[in-house]
Amino acid sequence: MKGNFIDNLPKVYGIYTGGFIGFIILMSIGEQMGMTSKAIGICFVAFTVFIYAIIGWLSRTAQADAYYVAGRQVPTVFNGMATAADWMSGASFVAMAGGIYFKGYGYMALLVGWTGGYVLVATLLAPYLRKFGCYTVPDFIGTRYGGNLTRFLAVVVLTVASFTYVTAQINATGTIASVALDIPFQYAVYVGLVSILLCSMLGGMRGVTWTQVAQYIVLIIAYLLPVFWISNKMGAGFFPHFMLADEVARIGELEQQFGFVKNSAADLATVPKGLAGITKAHSAVNATPWAFISLALAMMMGTASLPHVMMRYFTTPSVKAARKSVGWSLFFIFLLYSSAPMLATLSKLSLIDPNLATGIIGKSIAEVQAIDWYQNWNQANLMFVSDFNGNGTLELNEFFMGGKAVVLATPEIAGLPYVISGLVAAGGMAAAMSTADGLILAIANAISHDVYYKIIDPKAETAKRLVVARVLLVVIGFAGATIAAMEIQGILGSVIWAFDFAMSGLFFPLVLGVWWKRANKEGAIAGMALGLASGMGYLIWVRNGGSGFLGITQLTFGIFGSAVSLVSMVIVSLITSEPSASVQKMVDEVRVPSGKTIIGKS
Amino acid sequence: MSKQAQHWEKTRGLLMMTLAIWFVFSIGIFLFGAEMESVAGPFGYPLTYWFTCQGSLGIFVILIFWFANRQEKIDEEFGFSEREDD
Repeated sequence: MKGNFIDNLPKVYGIYTGGFIGFIILMSIGEQMGMTSKAIGICFVAFTVFIYAIIGWLSRTAQADAYYVAGRQVPTVFNGMATAADWMSGASFVAMAGGIYFKGYGYMALLVGWTGGYVLVATLLAPYLRKFGCYTVPDFIGTRYGGNLTRFLAVVVLTVASFTYVTAQINATGTIASVALDIPFQYAVYVGLVSILLCSMLGGMRGVTWTQVAQYIVLIIAYLLPVFWISNKMGAGFFPHFMLADEVARIGELEQQFGFVKNSAADLATVPKGLAGITKAHSAVNATPWAFISLALAMMMGTASLPHVMMRYFTTPSVKAARKSVGWSLFFIFLLYSSAPMLATLSKLSLIDPNLATGIIGKSIAEVQAIDWYQNWNQANLMFVSDFNGNGTLELNEFFMGGKAVVLATPEIAGLPYVISGLVAAGGMAAAMSTADGLILAIANAISHDVYYKIIDPKAETAKRLVVARVLLVVIGFAGATIAAMEIQGILGSVIWAFDFAMSGLFFPLVLGVWWKRANKEGAIAGMALGLASGMGYLIWVRNGGSGFLGITQLTFGIFGSAVSLVSMVIVSLITSEPSASVQKMVDEVRVPSGKTIIGKS
Repeated sequence: MSKQAQHWEKTRGLLMMTLAIWFVFSIGIFLFGAEMESVAGPFGYPLTYWFTCQGSLGIFVILIFWFANRQEKIDEEFGFSEREDD
């Protein structure tokens, strides 16, 4: 191939996408010829992970610029894909459609929140932080406000938020690896971890960037193909996003017809842990405006404070490109997020509509228990039926499913070939790996760059810095995997907490650093320390039976944390002296897109 | 007023406008979730449902591209646009 790698990107990834589609076709031929479902699952996961590892190896580097910010030459569209993969975690891929399936409107606040946040990223932060020319988010805080304490506090907030998030992702890779490769979860977690480290260790941000683009392509194909296929197979519509109105209305009708019968506590106690029944309306408004808005707002502000997303915009060639790149990121995210409610609709209708061949409500319990896919997923502890009222027929309130099953089991329920299930497993793995990569790198880079290089040993040579960065990457990865192996919390809960932690400590120090010249070091210290402490305190209080106030729950505690952060930052800034003339000049320069970056002007 | 101050004033104006639109579609309309429910939205979905699963999301995508173009124009107007070889 002529020219350098960057110029050839469309061609390289075009060939890659073609190769992947060829692989899917090859697998489906294999299935026709009698390949077992287990072999197909192993092939999908092993083959894709192997490709990522090769990309990671090809991206190896010994330069700080390439390791920390991919040489600042990632084109807008590709950075958008990488950000989308970085962003969409195992939770988005595996759990989101399930959440919508069970909780309907109230849950969809997350869709609005996880997309609306990008408007804040594009307008308030990304272009300015790109102009700043920092390697990490704490780098910006430390340089803008000055002093090692601000830098250190930013690293603390970043680590608390990202670490909460990353254990959930390693957990997800472990879950998928254990199902696909048929090994126990405790070992599968480490298999997942090794795959994650293969992508990031040699090439740092450069390796992560190019594997994330590859992972995005896998995950989006794996998500969209089944949605379109199921929709067409059911005769629901050729393009589901525009054509499911009748199906949505039909679910509403069926809900009326069946009614939401409440199960007794004794009956519910017999249902395996983690499974839920349909108890809420599918499309009707079922949450108060404040419950919806507070959750969306917390997720939006959290999005704008999560360092692993922000640092993706440090890799673009210019400030202009950083802005456009945010738009592309959201476009690529939109492709998946707008499909999740459609998948939830198709999945629910195919299960509950007695007029469809796949519908199970209204059939006899014995008949349902004899269905192949029911037996498989029941064995995997993701499905359960029980004849509570003893009439021998399955009612809506007698059918239970795990949240993950909506994405993982629907292809099988709808009668798609197993190759699609293998593809979905590979997609889930890609989603979880790409997010875990970004997070582990964000933590390791912050500690190696900001704590080790900037605070402990400012004279360290590049080679030594990169060794430290890589050692930290492995240490943090193993710490995350060890905690993930203990299975303390669910995937989705800890993801939402990560957003709340990040917004409590970082949102206002970041935003005011650009938009309020008067913000000073003392204010930033107060904002970060009190914000994080109060957010965390509120969470602990509510978790231990505290009643909370203003309807702020353990999922939205960041609203309280960031409010404390804002108030304390403004008050402390105003009662202490204003920033020096040189800092004010620096802020002026950040606001102008042209010219050299602030850091590394030489 | 210096060129830089004028540039910043326009930038701030654009920010306010972008955030106002953002506010309407991320928060404002969901104050009326229950009221919008019986209204038919695009493609026949109930309006509230459509906004949560496509409408608001799509508007955010367009909004960011619109914002990026407007900001570029402002930068060019004051000669603060980056050179291509930067």
